Amino acid sequence: MQRERLVTGFWSLAVLAAFLALWEWGPGLAGIPAFVLPPFSAVCSEAVRIWGAEKLLWHAGITTAEVMIGFVLGSFLGALIGFTLGASPRIEAVLSPYLLALQIAPKVAFAPLFVMWLGYTIYPKILVAVLIVFFPVLINVLTAMRNTDVDLTNLARSFSATRWQIFRMVEYPTTLPALFSGLRIASTLAVIGVVVGELVGGNLGLGFLLVFFEGQGNTAGVFVVIGALTVIGVLAYYAVVLAERRVLHYLPSADTPVR
Amino acid sequence: MTPSRSPAIEFIGVDKRFRVKGSSTELLAATQVSFEVADGEVVSLIGPSGCGKSTLLNLGAGLAPPSAGAVRVAGNPVSGPNPHVAFMLQKDLLMPWRTIARNIEFGLELRGVPAARRREVSGQLLRQCRLEGFGEHYPHQLSGGMRQRAALARTLAVDPLVLLMDEPFSALDAQTKMVLQQDLARTVSEQRKTVLFITHDLSEAVALSDRILVMSERPGTIAARITVDLPDRDNPMARRKHPGLTRHVNELMALLKLDDGTELH
Repeated sequence: MQRERLVTGFWSLAVLAAFLALWEWGPGLAGIPAFVLPPFSAVCSEAVRIWGAEKLLWHAGITTAEVMIGFVLGSFLGALIGFTLGASPRIEAVLSPYLLALQIAPKVAFAPLFVMWLGYTIYPKILVAVLIVFFPVLINVLTAMRNTDVDLTNLARSFSATRWQIFRMVEYPTTLPALFSGLRIASTLAVIGVVVGELVGGNLGLGFLLVFFEGQGNTAGVFVVIGALTVIGVLAYYAVVLAERRVLHYLPSADTPVR
Repeated sequence: MTPSRSPAIEFIGVDKRFRVKGSSTELLAATQVSFEVADGEVVSLIGPSGCGKSTLLNLGAGLAPPSAGAVRVAGNPVSGPNPHVAFMLQKDLLMPWRTIARNIEFGLELRGVPAARRREVSGQLLRQCRLEGFGEHYPHQLSGGMRQRAALARTLAVDPLVLLMDEPFSALDAQTKMVLQQDLARTVSEQRKTVLFITHDLSEAVALSDRILVMSERPGTIAARITVDLPDRDNPMARRKHPGLTRHVNELMALLKLDDGTELH
């Protein structure tokens, strides 16, 4: 078991090393100029320069804050409306065509509109993130509410449970695994929403830096920002996974033997 | 609770119709069902699949109203879920997010029993149902038989007058099943509980019951009533060895026309 894990880890690192080597020396060998595809070392030294000269951490911090706020607000609203619609099929039947339309509409297309409404501030970015995060959470929660075991709600009813008790003690916990898979998707979508918002307007955040470096023809800088955005996305994703592990600790996992 | 003269649970001329989805017609699931189960009695309900046995159980639990007739528990008409009745199904319905102890306490919690008292009850039931030491485990850590025992403990926790059981042991392997039948029979007779027990297993019905009601095909109604004249109702293992058991099973098979190849399920 232990040995197997070491071997897997070794090969993973080997793939990374091969990739970086290819990135470093491949473009030169293939005759691709550095302004099209800068080698890995150039991107690294550019990262060090940007860190000081362009306040990389400051912009990354703003993007992170927007992602967090957008994620929390969007998830909260999505879950809230998912629970409400799940509890009242009548309202869901009335709203479902519009929900479907809104779900299909490309949410990032709203970014210019939000910038026109709210100006070059952080708010339009947060709003795009809220909108894009909202639907996967809502749909997951709603579907899980629909699939609650009728026998389980009947059991609660036979014990004279109130509607609120049925929600709190049966439906809500039933939906948690689905809610968390929605949140996982949402965590990566939130980053996309924020970056698109930043690309559209303003002078804040990593999305702005992308446009800024594009204007300078600074390919290495663009790579640095893409790297930074990926780091934020990975952190957001693992924050959700960590929370999920704590909340859903009661679910059987591969390494706990089932009797 | 007034167990005095009135039966623990009685069905009086009960009909149950269901609206058929996407059609204006109604389906008559059960008709003219009349029977009573005396206090402390164990009565099994057998019959072909789809004959409305489970429907009757839902009516007894107050989860649905009868279309005609009345259901009474301890002399009072059933108008909704009530504290005298608790049900148990083939599915254990243990909630994966609750420990076994907290699953057992579920009904008490819904009824607002204070935590300390709930602990007391679940502790006692864990011992009684031979689940001691498993109170803090989660359902997935238990075997099927243990889970079903926990479901029984949850049913008993609310101290109901009547237990409604819908094939509670049918998903278990043969040996586990016999052990649980033994546990149930002993508990029921010690606590003088009244039981209405649905099963497809004819020898299980004979081994556990005072009386057996045979239902007809849909629309279901009581086609025959049999009194099990065997000793040891509190000891199904002993009853299973009794030669009279086979005689009763044969009688039931004839009533269900199983010899003619009618399908039971």
